[in-house]
Amino acid sequence: MPSSLLGLEGATVRFGGRAVLDDVDLAVAEHEVVCVLGPSGSGKSTLLRAVAGLQPLDTGRVTLDGRDQAGVPAHKREVGLMFQDHQLFPQRDVAQNIAFGPRMRGATRAEQQDRVRELLELVGLPAAGRRSVGALSGGEQQRVALARALAPRPRLLMLDEPLGQLDRSLRERLVVELRELFDRLGTTVLAVTHDQGEAFALADRVVVMRDGRIAQSGTPLEVWRRPADAFVARFLGFDNVAEASVAGRAADTPWGKVPVPEDAPQGTRTVLVRPAGVRVVGADAGLRCTVAARTFRGTHVAVHLQPEDAPRLEAACALRDAPEVGDAVGVEFDAAEIVVLG
Amino acid sequence: MSREGEQAVKAPVRRAGNVRGSAARLGLMAVPVAFFAVFFAYPVAAIVARGLKADGAWRLGRIGDVLAQSDVRHVLWFTTWQALASTALTLLVALPGAYVFARFEFPGKQVLRAVVTVPFVLPTVVVGTAFLALVGRGGLLDELWGLRLDTTVWAILLAHVFFNYAVVVRTVGGLWAQLDPRQEEAARMLGASRLRAWRQVTLPALAPAVAAAALMVFLFTFTSFGVVQILGGPTFSTLEVEIYRQTSQVFDLSTAAVLTLVQFAAVAAVLAVHAWTVRRRETALRLVDAGTTARRPRGAGQWALLAGVLGVIVVLLVLPLAVLVQRSLGASGFGYYRALTREDGGTFLVPPIEAIGNSLQYAVAATAIAVVIGGLAAAALTRRDAGRFVRGFDALLMLPLGVSAVTVGFGFLIALDEPPLDLRASWILVPLVQALVGVPFVVRTMLPVLRAVDGRLREAAAVLGASPWRVWREVDLPMVRRALLVAAGFAFAVSLGEFGATVFIARPDNPTLPVAVARLLGRPGDMNYGQAMALSTILMLVCAVALVVLERLRTDRSGEF
Repeated sequence: MPSSLLGLEGATVRFGGRAVLDDVDLAVAEHEVVCVLGPSGSGKSTLLRAVAGLQPLDTGRVTLDGRDQAGVPAHKREVGLMFQDHQLFPQRDVAQNIAFGPRMRGATRAEQQDRVRELLELVGLPAAGRRSVGALSGGEQQRVALARALAPRPRLLMLDEPLGQLDRSLRERLVVELRELFDRLGTTVLAVTHDQGEAFALADRVVVMRDGRIAQSGTPLEVWRRPADAFVARFLGFDNVAEASVAGRAADTPWGKVPVPEDAPQGTRTVLVRPAGVRVVGADAGLRCTVAARTFRGTHVAVHLQPEDAPRLEAACALRDAPEVGDAVGVEFDAAEIVVLG
Repeated sequence: MSREGEQAVKAPVRRAGNVRGSAARLGLMAVPVAFFAVFFAYPVAAIVARGLKADGAWRLGRIGDVLAQSDVRHVLWFTTWQALASTALTLLVALPGAYVFARFEFPGKQVLRAVVTVPFVLPTVVVGTAFLALVGRGGLLDELWGLRLDTTVWAILLAHVFFNYAVVVRTVGGLWAQLDPRQEEAARMLGASRLRAWRQVTLPALAPAVAAAALMVFLFTFTSFGVVQILGGPTFSTLEVEIYRQTSQVFDLSTAAVLTLVQFAAVAAVLAVHAWTVRRRETALRLVDAGTTARRPRGAGQWALLAGVLGVIVVLLVLPLAVLVQRSLGASGFGYYRALTREDGGTFLVPPIEAIGNSLQYAVAATAIAVVIGGLAAAALTRRDAGRFVRGFDALLMLPLGVSAVTVGFGFLIALDEPPLDLRASWILVPLVQALVGVPFVVRTMLPVLRAVDGRLREAAAVLGASPWRVWREVDLPMVRRALLVAAGFAFAVSLGEFGATVFIARPDNPTLPVAVARLLGRPGDMNYGQAMALSTILMLVCAVALVVLERLRTDRSGEF
């Protein structure tokens, strides 16, 4: 990879015999925004801590600008880390929090003040300098934490669940703001989150982690379109995943014969049926199912269908067409919304 | 990573071969360790050796001989049960007080908090005398109702409660005030009754503090000297009193040495148990600003509780002090006070009033030493998951509170009298011995606060470019600054009141206040008695002023005291 700013090679961290980070290779190019996505306990935070120098590696190495960081303590790595719950210094006001990094790196008082002003402007809190951090709302704390992390101009900015504790609408707004900000500043970013929406909205590249290993890496579109395996698919929220034997343009699944795209790999495979690919038809056609539950999703209704002797299926229906709970329906499949994994 | 994930991660993070961290901790610990080795272990060892060694050979048989004596066994038995009884009684009387101070807001609270702390820093001799004036022959109760307690063990127990009330209120109440009341509310929403919620949620959180307070009270009462000396008469004698008697009156150093060892072993055993329970119980608590948890009492029950606590404070704590002041004013026109300024050829080479200046100077020096030594130790001990060695050191720091002050003081004289450590003639000897008693307070006050600092705040600072030293200065120090001042105040007050060891090493021309009081009390005549009362009153006022100043600083009631 050309000019990778951050590199991990075989990075491994063990806690009591269990590998929390298991032989991870990862490269982040300059100006790239990479989002590590994974469930709790997948090793995401440990990955950030290892890069920051807060967690020593058992084996493997971390490089920044090609230089091995072994033996470089956290405070000399010049990376920024925004903690999950912000960890603002409670006894300092907003401006002092933001000025902390520049001050540690020897900036003069005037430089610190300029930088604080600049960053408060940047995160949209121009008048908040004298405020106590205890008096900030969740969203404001998040902005101040971001400003503090950016203030010393880190080579690499790392975000640990950057929007984790905020309410949904704020999160969605801030994701857009963050993305714009990173584009404008050209910051290199490594973020971790368990929220796929956040990862897809923020990242140039998404890295999915599972049990300390990298399960998949690719652009949001690639990962979304072709999850690497059943784990990634389920983690992205797809539940219609099953083992199948693929032969030609059809796959033999628990739900019966299902059409697959032309270029699908053959043999015993995992098949993913997107909810949009599950078409609800009259009870006399296709696979017979009973409607078990339906949940309103704003743009559509997710209908949970229980076939007689197969796993449940989720279908996305238009509000008008959605059947009621308890209805008997038939199901047909749309090849364009079916992915053969691996 | 989620919360559960962090829990799993947190403990082993340090384990992963953080060699540099351990080295730094050892470095920080070197100074306190050296201090305790030279000024504590060495003098105590010297005096034990003096008692048990004859012609270069150890006579360990003496231990068995001494312990076989029935009067020694009697002393041992009395020492133990009165300490247990005092501890139980103190908890019983003071825990409601801790609750009231933690959760209720009422006028005069700050002043009252200082008032209950004053007894703790008073010289034991003064306390003994004050209680004698209250419950002894011709005392207040005797005058009013013909009631005398000085021949019963109750006088000793009440004096011990008087002394240690503040320990419980500060240690337990300080934590209680910072416990998040919402934890209890959560339990009540889950169906627990008020009492059950308290038992299931608050009590377990308080348990370490209660255990720490109980341990402290037990140590103080187990080694009680001045109080028992005065109130015990011929009937009741603790180990410490017996050590003093054997050392300075019977001159039987070997018996004194055996008793010192016995006391040492008992104290070490108690501390070991304490360290074990603390380790098992210590958890990161959700602490909130103490100011937000207190409110005005509501309902008859709470007002009655507040009134009851105030009543106890008035009868048990204020009354003895009031009697003390009243006796000091016995002579007309402040006669006893004026007598203090006169040259006194008999008891002192200097006017007794000069003891105030001496005491203040010594106490300032002792405070400085205690804060440096204790601060370094606390910084080294900050990490909760520190190794076995570090934890052992934690308990070791408490030993000076439990080891015979008489032995330490006498040990200073015996051990530190030859080069390279010939300090006999040096003024520093007194502050050194006083600092020894102050260090445990500094550590106990600062350690909980340091440990409560979220480790990730330090990490946040490190990632922003702060070196370990700067992390300490920028993150830890601002948070412990208040605790540091409080610790210093305690070390100051304790140094001011230290008696058992100082009495051996303060020079006749430079007495401290407690030593001067004791000498005045040791002489017959109303004039000397009155002067002792007057000097005690002055000492009490100095301590009270220091404590009121501390209360102003202490807007957050942190630390164990």
